[in-house]
Amino acid sequence: MRKMKLVMVGNGMAGVRTLEELLKLAPDLYDITVFGAEPHPNYNRILLSPVLSGEQTVNDIILNDLDWYRAHGIRLHLNKKVTRIDRVRRRVYAEDGTEAEYDRLLLATGSNPVILPVPGKELKGVITYRDIADTDAMIEAAAKFRHAVVIGGGLLGLEAANGLRVRGMEVTVVHLMPWLMERQLDETAGRLLQQSLEKRGLKFLLPKETECLVGGAVGRVKAVRFKPAPGSAPGEGTEIPADLVVMAVGIRPNTELAESAGLHCNRGIVVNDTMQTFDPRIYAVGECVRHRGVAYGLVAPLFEMGKVCANHLAHMGIGRYAGSVTSTKLKVTGIDLFSAGDFQGGNDSEEIVLKDASSGVYKKLVIRDNKLVGGVLYGDTVDGAWYFQLLKDGQSVADLRDHLMFGQTHLGNTGHAGQNKAAAMTDAMEVCGCNGVCKGTIVKAIKEKGLFTLDDVRKHTKASSSCGSCTGLVEQILASTVGGAYAPQSNTAKPLCGCTELTHEEVRKAIREEKLLSIPEVMEFLNWRTPNGCATCRPALNYYLVCAWPHEAKDDPQSRFINERAHANIQKDGTYSVIPRMYGGVTNPDQLRRIADVADKYRIPTVKVTGGQRIDLLGVKKEDLPRVWADLAMPSGYAYGKALRTVKTCVGSEWCRFGVQDSTNMGIELEKAFDRMWAPHKVKMAVSGCPRNCAESGIKDVGVIGVDSGWEIYVAGNGGIKTEVAQFLAKVKTREEVLEYCGAFIQIYREEARYLDRTVHWVNRVGLDYVKKRILDDHEGRKALYERLLYALQGEKDPWQERAAKGVARHEFESLSV
Amino acid sequence: MTRVETEMWVRVAALEEIPRLGARVVKSPLGDIAVFRNNQDEVFALRDKCPHKGGPLSQGIVFERKVTCPLHGWTTHLDSGQAVAPDEGCTATFPVKVEGGEVYLQLERP
Repeated sequence: MRKMKLVMVGNGMAGVRTLEELLKLAPDLYDITVFGAEPHPNYNRILLSPVLSGEQTVNDIILNDLDWYRAHGIRLHLNKKVTRIDRVRRRVYAEDGTEAEYDRLLLATGSNPVILPVPGKELKGVITYRDIADTDAMIEAAAKFRHAVVIGGGLLGLEAANGLRVRGMEVTVVHLMPWLMERQLDETAGRLLQQSLEKRGLKFLLPKETECLVGGAVGRVKAVRFKPAPGSAPGEGTEIPADLVVMAVGIRPNTELAESAGLHCNRGIVVNDTMQTFDPRIYAVGECVRHRGVAYGLVAPLFEMGKVCANHLAHMGIGRYAGSVTSTKLKVTGIDLFSAGDFQGGNDSEEIVLKDASSGVYKKLVIRDNKLVGGVLYGDTVDGAWYFQLLKDGQSVADLRDHLMFGQTHLGNTGHAGQNKAAAMTDAMEVCGCNGVCKGTIVKAIKEKGLFTLDDVRKHTKASSSCGSCTGLVEQILASTVGGAYAPQSNTAKPLCGCTELTHEEVRKAIREEKLLSIPEVMEFLNWRTPNGCATCRPALNYYLVCAWPHEAKDDPQSRFINERAHANIQKDGTYSVIPRMYGGVTNPDQLRRIADVADKYRIPTVKVTGGQRIDLLGVKKEDLPRVWADLAMPSGYAYGKALRTVKTCVGSEWCRFGVQDSTNMGIELEKAFDRMWAPHKVKMAVSGCPRNCAESGIKDVGVIGVDSGWEIYVAGNGGIKTEVAQFLAKVKTREEVLEYCGAFIQIYREEARYLDRTVHWVNRVGLDYVKKRILDDHEGRKALYERLLYALQGEKDPWQERAAKGVARHEFESLSV
Repeated sequence: MTRVETEMWVRVAALEEIPRLGARVVKSPLGDIAVFRNNQDEVFALRDKCPHKGGPLSQGIVFERKVTCPLHGWTTHLDSGQAVAPDEGCTATFPVKVEGGEVYLQLERP
């Protein structure tokens, strides 16, 4: 079959990212030709500033070398500017006459720097700052000349000025507005920035308007002349010497080619949500585009566009680009600055401000309707990524408000020695304690492999891919390494996995509303991209089905992790561990004897008391499991599952001289009531008989504490990766109420949390107020929740006895031989 | 010396004995071999050791022509035994075929 022809005009970051995404989805669909006006393969334009300041070289910032194009069979025309599109014959023509035919055309022509229409703009030594050639020109000028003037005090202008200063020039920044980076900073932050740049030897003239550039003897610029300040007499304008003038006053989408081809443009090539121009065969991405009235000049949105565009080019036809929220980070070494969203605020918003002038820290957060809508951070930006995430998610910050300004102080408290500021870490310090990844390795991978997302970093380095407690640190490292290119993925809109665009919530809704009863039905109805999903979505779907349609949906063992399929916990050597249930942590001589006999008979190497008041038999061979279970004659403890684990109890009023409630029996009752319950993640409970809380109810998913007048119920605690103290939910009087309230809480969690969310993650997302509303205010709703849980658990059989006595799933435990 | 041309196929199980999107372990003189069956009833045989830390691939989740190891989540191609990029490594593959609903494995080449 003849391959379709895809031609791309523009060889920059947005376009090539689109190709990369396309090649991932449909590697053989197109015969691809790329035209680039520059002589270089795709490089990381964002990192031109470190090249200018000498911290990196051009080679360091190449993202796709020539081998990459070759390996993917892409015909690459470098140094060839496309000047004409013939839409009728579907061909493009370059300046030198090279032509190419297309079935689909992708325009990624980027943007052009704005050149001020002042006399003298064509003089030698007057340049813009956009590409490698400009950067080289600046480096060259810095070696020969003394005076540089940068016109424009925005992001790009300041990075240029800093670079030239580092290279030894006397640099003056001229800015039309009263403070620097007015599009990203408020006045206070702008002034602080100016002060610290002045300390580095930069000079500033602002507000100041350029009148003309004055030429010298050899046609090279000699000086910059300014218009007189308003109110002063004409002719009083000042002049400063300049051997190099860098114009960095903004960029303009490059639409020349598109316009000449008759495509609709309006300060950018106008595209729809699928990145198509008005000619449906022609797509456009990147800075040249205007989408829903906005043109973007930062990398993160361009990548989002690329993803959507690739999806449509690959004929998948799903995914829409709905616009982006952007954030800015200045890449001047040693200056920390972050800005996002509506940082100015207004009458309808509130501001939280922290200003510590002597230590150079300024933070302003703008809040509207209990949501973070914007912010400026200066001097201390470690929490930038977190704020940006809150902002993008549009999550209510009402609960966080009192400590919002102090940032996400707890990034997790194990595995990285209490470090929570990536910037303060040396390259040799360990970031990920699970996989032994240090900061230097992560930074190196980000730079060398051109990584831009957390997922990429996880795939390549494994950092934060196990327990996830160092995710915050890894995000910080990513944000500080790639600067403005970093875009944290929105939590609320995160797809379930790479097999679908849909979120957990959307999938669950469809399962409920369409009464889908099996994984193949879900995948067909929701147009799954892959034929049978992956190891991420299948277990989630299986749980969602079983939870939504108890006794009706088909439980698919092949979509469960091995532990839940084998009903035992796989160990590193491939053997299994067996933990029988001991309700409330209470056992008896008979059980203990049986456990001892089993350990002898099957030569079980390790017998250990668990943290959950049970006994663990470790090192059991898989084929022995059914017989071990038969001999134990005890129910499964579900210690291997996303399920109810243990209910830890203290001795309570039956024996303890302090006990005020019978916690042991309350625990046994709870454990029997919720036994064999599957959940989004493991569920641990505890019951203490008095406020001394010996059962540690404060760090359980559901913790109950007996007091003289009844029981207090605490929820969403966690003793693991990140210690979280459980929050008070309710105080009740009777044992029946304890069961009902705990059951109702667990059932909302089962119905609404995402698969692999512990209770704390879910409650943090929806807020405890929501949970209280559902359980404390809505009495009927609470009872209905509890009923639904009991219905789901009705008639569930003990999986061990099913397998031991009735031979269920025998093939799972028997090996074949030859 | 004359070369024996017959291939040495040994029967391991009926196809039905291997669950779809699942695997069975075959104990062999060469060690444990995982025999997989995907949704299209294709079968694959790999040494039952993940290229990462030797985890039992037979216990993993199978999809398309891949399996995800139960220990640390590495994914391996069933047809080549190669780890899915960017991970690097590979595990041995064995010739395997289905004939008349029976699965045959070749343990040594003639």
